[in-house]
Amino acid sequence: MDNVATLGTAAHEHAHDHAHEELGFWRKYVFSQDHKVIGIQYAFTSLLFLLFGFGLMMVMRYQLAYPGSPIPLIGNWLGSANAPGGIMLPEFYNQLGAMHGTIMVFLGVVPLAVGGFGNFVMPLQIGAPDMAFPKLNMMSYWVYFVGGVVMLVSFFMTGGAAQSGWTSYPPLAVISPGQTMWLIGMIFLITSSLLGSVNFIVTIVQLRARGLTWMRLPFFVWAQFVTSFLLLLAFPPLEAAGVMQLMDRVAGTSFFMPSGLVVSNQVATSLTGVATGAVGSGGGNPLLWQHLFWFLAHPEVYVLILPAMGIVSEVIANNTRKPLWGYRALVYSVGFLGFMSFIVWAHHMFMTGMGTTMSAFFQTTTMIISIPSVVILTALLLSLWGASIRFTTPMLFALAFLPMFGIGGLTGLPLGLAPSDIHLHDTYYVIGHFHYVVAPGTIFALFAGIYYWFPKATGRQMNELLGRIHFWGSFVCINLVFAPMLIQGLGGMNRRLYDGGMQYALNADLLKWNVVIGMAAWTLGLFQLPFIINFIMSIKWGKPVDNNPWEATTLEWSAPSPPGHGNFLTEPVVYRGPYEYSVPGAAQDFTPQFEPERA
Amino acid sequence: MNIPYTVEVRPDTGLANGKLGIWLFLASEVMLFGALFSSYIILRTGSIHWPQGELNVWLGMVNTFILIGSSVTMVMAWASLKLNDWGKHRLYLILTFALAGIFLVNKYIEYADHITRGEYPSHSTFVAMYFTLTGLHGLHILGGMVVMAYFIGPGKKMYQTNREQFVNRIEYTGLYWHFVDLVWIFLFPVLYLL
Repeated sequence: MDNVATLGTAAHEHAHDHAHEELGFWRKYVFSQDHKVIGIQYAFTSLLFLLFGFGLMMVMRYQLAYPGSPIPLIGNWLGSANAPGGIMLPEFYNQLGAMHGTIMVFLGVVPLAVGGFGNFVMPLQIGAPDMAFPKLNMMSYWVYFVGGVVMLVSFFMTGGAAQSGWTSYPPLAVISPGQTMWLIGMIFLITSSLLGSVNFIVTIVQLRARGLTWMRLPFFVWAQFVTSFLLLLAFPPLEAAGVMQLMDRVAGTSFFMPSGLVVSNQVATSLTGVATGAVGSGGGNPLLWQHLFWFLAHPEVYVLILPAMGIVSEVIANNTRKPLWGYRALVYSVGFLGFMSFIVWAHHMFMTGMGTTMSAFFQTTTMIISIPSVVILTALLLSLWGASIRFTTPMLFALAFLPMFGIGGLTGLPLGLAPSDIHLHDTYYVIGHFHYVVAPGTIFALFAGIYYWFPKATGRQMNELLGRIHFWGSFVCINLVFAPMLIQGLGGMNRRLYDGGMQYALNADLLKWNVVIGMAAWTLGLFQLPFIINFIMSIKWGKPVDNNPWEATTLEWSAPSPPGHGNFLTEPVVYRGPYEYSVPGAAQDFTPQFEPERA
Repeated sequence: MNIPYTVEVRPDTGLANGKLGIWLFLASEVMLFGALFSSYIILRTGSIHWPQGELNVWLGMVNTFILIGSSVTMVMAWASLKLNDWGKHRLYLILTFALAGIFLVNKYIEYADHITRGEYPSHSTFVAMYFTLTGLHGLHILGGMVVMAYFIGPGKKMYQTNREQFVNRIEYTGLYWHFVDLVWIFLFPVLYLL
């Protein structure tokens, strides 16, 4: 069958689909192979995980603000093994910490940014009827779902959930309880992201609409494209490391367990009770895990941030009514960023004693990788110049992303240089830094995306007033949460202290911030209520919209809102670049990609 | 709804979806085994003593030739489809499946030998590495066998309904199979000889 014949039959097929809506409830909404339904499934699930992960942190913050006092409201429900009399035990604090990180990164932000937005928006933006492999797409979601369930169930196992941080450093991770379930869950999540990333790359390469050349792709698609390569190539080493750690725990090997490790005056053994560092070979190497882990986890940082940059670019171009400043520079930067992200990982390990030569190499690559990040941020900032900006809710979140990501990035520079990292390593400064990137950075961008594409997904607009309350409340509170952490960290306060840093009692100036952060975090939680109400109410009662409520230029806005099965009513054809706003001489201030040239 | 380019080749990329997909999948597999081989190097160079000549080189070598042979029969299974020789295709595909089975039987003999001698994965880091690498490779063999069993059994219907796609699928299976073979070509000298 040749290409033209396929296109010719597409419209016919579409009519056919409408005539036979015979898919039952289960096939249509649960085990769906439609990229839009799968995208929405991903979005719902990951939003729930984000809320849950945030909930864990709100509980932890109470313990940090008021160490040793009973947790109000839910303290009695936590179980006597975790919090006798409502007072949190250190082991439980560690579980919450490890699971907060794991859930936010692997079950919240990435599935929302890639699984949710990538699945829903990307095929629409490239004019594809669906993903290249719809069955794989469905499988990818359900494998993710199982991974999430395994992670949640681990809280109820004997010994509780994993408690060695989301980084799971051995030897601690090999000898502490809960870790086996974490590893099994991770293997599911890695498999899911592998299936997803293959699907994304094939879809972008193969299913672009007629006329949609590479340099006409919306920047969001470019961001998803690079992100998929990171997921494809960086995750397998963690899978290998996960298998090895699982062997250490289950089969008594000592890949990561050094010889002669003594814990509590006893030679440490792995769970099966076999002495480590057995005869005939050298002992294991705990640093090996760190290398394998960060080989994934540094690209993972860019998996967290690139889709956010993609969303922000779309929203900014649309609301400034101008072309993006430096589209080509953005594209080349994102590609370079993806490549460089594979060779910066050991800047997480300056303190491990790996040697100054290694440190010099990795701090150099780290400084180099900041260049494309700055190029992207600068291009987005310059896009605002001279624009007549529409301050819609998505635009507010996108605008906030710029300084927030800026703070997150700039506070990272002292951590990327070995000499200053020695002082700041493992302090609250690190936590402040990466949360500025991921929370008011990425998560704000994700909110921008939700408000922006909600009309496309549901055919209704979200309420602007509630959106503004959500934005301003979140914006103020989230800064009150993370800015004090930078102060605490510069003061030398360590992270991961379950008593809130009582050893710094003499330095009350540092400790008092714990209460401020706690208050701000709980208020931040309250300010998510307008969003939740808005989100649920708007599905049914939001203002109905037509195909293109934002007067945008990219292909997804030529499809009906919400798009039917197969997406487009007619075969989409692309005539121009993605951001042709305010073209001189044009009748309107936007010239969509799908609008034919007038003779 | 039809997904374009599932069977036919997209003119500007020169690829069908499945072929790009399988190559990307293999790229991620390279990273998976690459990480394990790197770990092997780091653990070995960091050890005081590393055992040598502990494994049965003869069995390993026989298995190497079995897998190379199965790669050849895999190519023949695909080539005979291209030549429209259904009977030969069946023969070669079943032969590939059988060779993969013999490989696993040999592997079982080796594993059983280690277990009876008390050489569990916890015995030493070398044995641990041996079990992890060959175990993961064995799972890949098993996965390939499941796919082949599908095309020998229920999947063969597609040859009648959508011949071109069936031929493509056998080609993709072959690409995967060659990769699994290639991993063993690295595993054999690394574990048995060096």
